[in-house]
Amino acid sequence: MPSIALKVNGESHTVDVDPDAPLLWVLRDTIGLTGTKYGCGIGQCRSCTVHMDGDAVPSCSIPVSSAAGREITTIEGLSPDLSHPVQKAWLAEQVPQCGYCQPGQIMGAAALLAKNPAPSDADIDETMSPHLCRCGTYQRIRRAIHRAAQEV
Amino acid sequence: MVTISKVSRRDFLKVSGMAGTGLVLSFHLPSCRDGSAAPPEDPYMLNAWIRIAPDGEVTLWVHRPDMGQGARTALPMILADELDIEWPKFERHLLGAADPQVYGSQTTGGSTSIRTSWARLRQAGAAARAMLTAAAAETWGVEASSCRASLGRVVHEASGRSLGYGELSEKAAALPVPDDPPLKDPEDFSIIGKPVPRLDNPARVAGNLTFGMDVKVPGMLYACLARCPVFGGRVTSYDEAAARAVPGVRDVVEVQTGVAVLAESTWSAIQGRDALNCQFDYGEAADLSSAAIAQLFDEKAAEDGFATRDDGDVDIALANAARVLNATYEFPFLAHATLEPMNCTADAKPDRCEVWAPTQAPGWAAGSIAQVLGYAPEQVILHATYSGGGFGRRLMPDFAIEAAAVSRAAGVPVKVVWTRDDDMHHDFYRPASRHIMSAGLDDSGFIVAWKHRVVAPSIVAPLMGAPLQQAAGEATGGATELPYSVGDCRVDYCMANTAVPTGWWRSVFNSQTAFANECFLDELAHATGTDPLEFRLARLKDAPRHKAVLELAAEKAGWDRPLPAGRHRGVALHYSFQTYVAQVAEVSVEQGKLRVHRVVCAADCGIVVNTDDFAAQVEGAITIGLTAALKGAITLENGRVVQSDYHDYPLLRISEMPEVEAHFVKSNLDPTGIGEPPLPPIAPAVANALFAATGTRVRSLPLRL
Repeated sequence: MPSIALKVNGESHTVDVDPDAPLLWVLRDTIGLTGTKYGCGIGQCRSCTVHMDGDAVPSCSIPVSSAAGREITTIEGLSPDLSHPVQKAWLAEQVPQCGYCQPGQIMGAAALLAKNPAPSDADIDETMSPHLCRCGTYQRIRRAIHRAAQEV
Repeated sequence: MVTISKVSRRDFLKVSGMAGTGLVLSFHLPSCRDGSAAPPEDPYMLNAWIRIAPDGEVTLWVHRPDMGQGARTALPMILADELDIEWPKFERHLLGAADPQVYGSQTTGGSTSIRTSWARLRQAGAAARAMLTAAAAETWGVEASSCRASLGRVVHEASGRSLGYGELSEKAAALPVPDDPPLKDPEDFSIIGKPVPRLDNPARVAGNLTFGMDVKVPGMLYACLARCPVFGGRVTSYDEAAARAVPGVRDVVEVQTGVAVLAESTWSAIQGRDALNCQFDYGEAADLSSAAIAQLFDEKAAEDGFATRDDGDVDIALANAARVLNATYEFPFLAHATLEPMNCTADAKPDRCEVWAPTQAPGWAAGSIAQVLGYAPEQVILHATYSGGGFGRRLMPDFAIEAAAVSRAAGVPVKVVWTRDDDMHHDFYRPASRHIMSAGLDDSGFIVAWKHRVVAPSIVAPLMGAPLQQAAGEATGGATELPYSVGDCRVDYCMANTAVPTGWWRSVFNSQTAFANECFLDELAHATGTDPLEFRLARLKDAPRHKAVLELAAEKAGWDRPLPAGRHRGVALHYSFQTYVAQVAEVSVEQGKLRVHRVVCAADCGIVVNTDDFAAQVEGAITIGLTAALKGAITLENGRVVQSDYHDYPLLRISEMPEVEAHFVKSNLDPTGIGEPPLPPIAPAVANALFAATGTRVRSLPLRL
C-alpha cells in the first residue's frame, strides 16, 4: 500500500493504508485519535466532523488520499486544555448527554464561528442541521453557540 | 430498609453472573461471590461504596452505567451529600459487572438509577458519616452526639477540636456498621437539589471520554460481521477467499449470528465483510412484510383480549351510553438508532473472558456470556464503558455475547463494530401496535365507559418466555393506569407476535398508550365542546398529583392567554415509571408543514437530585418523542427491515427543535425517575395541537398531514 503523508493537529504522520480508506478510520484506527466518531459512514450524521484547511467536513466520506497535504484538525487538536471558546461554552451550558456526537457538533460550531463570529438562529439552523443528536441537546447547542459568539 | 454491609475487597472487586434485574428484566442467573484471587483487605473501606485514604482522598463507587442520563454524577451526589464532603473532591470507581448482593441491580432501565439507589446510597453515606463521627468521639473521649460532621471533617464544637475524615478513616472502618444511621433532613441537603455539572462532561468536550467504540486492547483485531438480513435466517455459504484477499484482513470465523471478518482496521474489516458475498437460508420469515403484520393485527384484534383492568361491565355501559365514540390509533416499529452503533470488545480465552461493553445491563451481559460460552460466572470480567446513547437497546446482551464468541473462535482479542446498517437491521425494535378505543358519554358529557384494546407483539413473551399475564401488563402499561374518571373501564391485550425482534425503547409501551389515551380524551373533549384542559381537570378529582402537574404545565404555558396568530396548543398528561408529567405544545401549520415551536413540561418525580440533569432529561425525552411523532418508521419487506441509515430513518434536527421549558413540582418525597416519563406526553400534545390547528385528527404516527 502506498504511503500517505497526513498533517493532523500540526503533527506529520505517514500512513500505509488503502488510499480509498475514509479519513475517519485512519484517524481512529491507524493514528489512534478516537475523539472523531463513527455514526453512519455516509455523511448523514456528522459525528465524524473534522476541519480540513479550516472547513468542517465529514471524515467518513473523505478518502484519506484526498486529505494528504491538507491541514487536518480533530477535536483533540481544537485546544490542549478545553480553552477554545466553543468548548468553554459547551461546558458552561452543559451541552453533552451521552456525548458521542459532541466532538462533531463542536467541530461544526467552531468552523461556523470562525467564518461567522455572530451567527443568527437561522445561520445556526443552516450550518448545524446536518449534525444529528439522538439525546436531544439541540437547545443547549444553540445557546452554547450564541454564548461562544460573545466570547470570540 | 437496605442493609449496608462492610465488605472486603474480595466482595466488591469481584464480578458475578447475576443479571441486573431492573423494572423490566427478569432474566436471572445464579450469582457467585467467590473470586479465585482474594486481594488483601482494605482498611480504608468504610463500606462497599466509600473509601477514604489516610491523606483524606475520598473514592466513591458508582454502580450504574452512563449512556447519557447522568447517573455517574447523580449517584455520587447522593453519597457525597450524606457523607458530607465537599463537591466534587473525590475520585470515582466506575464498577463493571459486580455482585448484585452488594450493589443491587446495575441495570440502567425503567428510569430506576436514582429511584432504586436512593435509600441504599443515602444509608451508605450516612453510615460512613456516623462511623467517622464515632471514631472522632472515641479519640477525644466525648459523646458522639456532641460531635458534628461537616465537609470532610468531624468537629467537636465545645472544645474547638476537629479531625479530617482521612485521619479517622482506619479507626472508623474498624467500627461496627450502624443499622439505622440518622439520615439528613432534606432541608439540609447541600448537593442534592442543585444544578450540578456532570463530572464526565470535560472529557466529553475534549473528545477523550472512552466509549465502547474507543476501546483498544493489546493485540486486538477489528471485526465486522455478515448476518442474515431476514430475521431467523442464516448464512449458508460465503466466499472466504475473497474476504481474505482484502488487504489487512487476517481471519474469517463463523459464529452463531453470522460470519466475522477480522482485520487490522475497521475499514478492512468492513471491506472484507462486504466481499463475503454470503448466500442465505432466509427461513420462515422470508415473506414477512408490514402489510402482513397489519393483517395479523386484524386477526388478533378479533380474538378475546387479556384484561388488565375490568371495572364494571364496559359493554353494557357502552350499550346504555347516550353517545359512543370509536377511534383506532396505529404506531410503527421504531429503531433505537443510538449515535454510537452497537460494538463490543472481548478477549475470550479458554478460562477467562474479559469484555469491554457499552451496555445498560452489565450483569445480564456478563451472565449471558458465561451461559452461552460455557464460562463459570467468575471467569467473565465485564467493564461497562460509556455508551453513546442507549434508550433501551443496550439492555440486550446480544452484541456482547457475539463479540465474545468471535474472540473465542478466532483466539484473539477483538473489537466487533456494527456498521449503521447492521445496527438498523438488527435492532430489538419498539413494537408496532394498534389501539382500538371506544368511549361512552352520557347526556351531560360525563364519560360512562372506556375501552382500550392493545394489539401488539410482546417484548417479554418471545424474549423470556414470560406468561401472557406479564406480557399483557407490559403492553398495556400506561393504559391500565388511566387516571381519569371514566365509569366502567376495560383495558385488554391481544398478543400478535411476529419474527421481528422486539425490545424496550425509551418509555416502552407508554410511548403508544399515552398517545391513545390522550388523543382519544381530546376527541371526547371536542365532541362535548369542552376546553381540553378543563375536560381533563374535571376528571382528575381523585388524582391530586396528576392534577398538580397538569395545572403547573398549563400555568407556565399560559393556557388562559391568547396565542399569536397561527399558533395552536395541545395538552397531554401521562404517568409512567412512578413519575407524573404534563406537557403543553405550541404548533403552527404553514403551507402544509407542521412546526412545533414551544413545549412546556411539568413533572413530579419527587425530590430532584440534579436539577440541570432533570432539564436535560426532559429535553432529551421530548426530542426522541418528537422524532417518533414527526419523523420515521421501521417498515418490513421480504422479511427484512427496509431502512438502513439516517437518510431513510431520519432524526429530528436542530432546525426542528422547539424551545423546551422544564418545570418540576417541589417535593420532599423520595425521587422516582425522569429518563423516560417526559417522552410519552409529547406526541399526543403535538397531535392535539395539530387538531386544534387543522380540525383534522391524525391517528397514526409519524404524523402526516
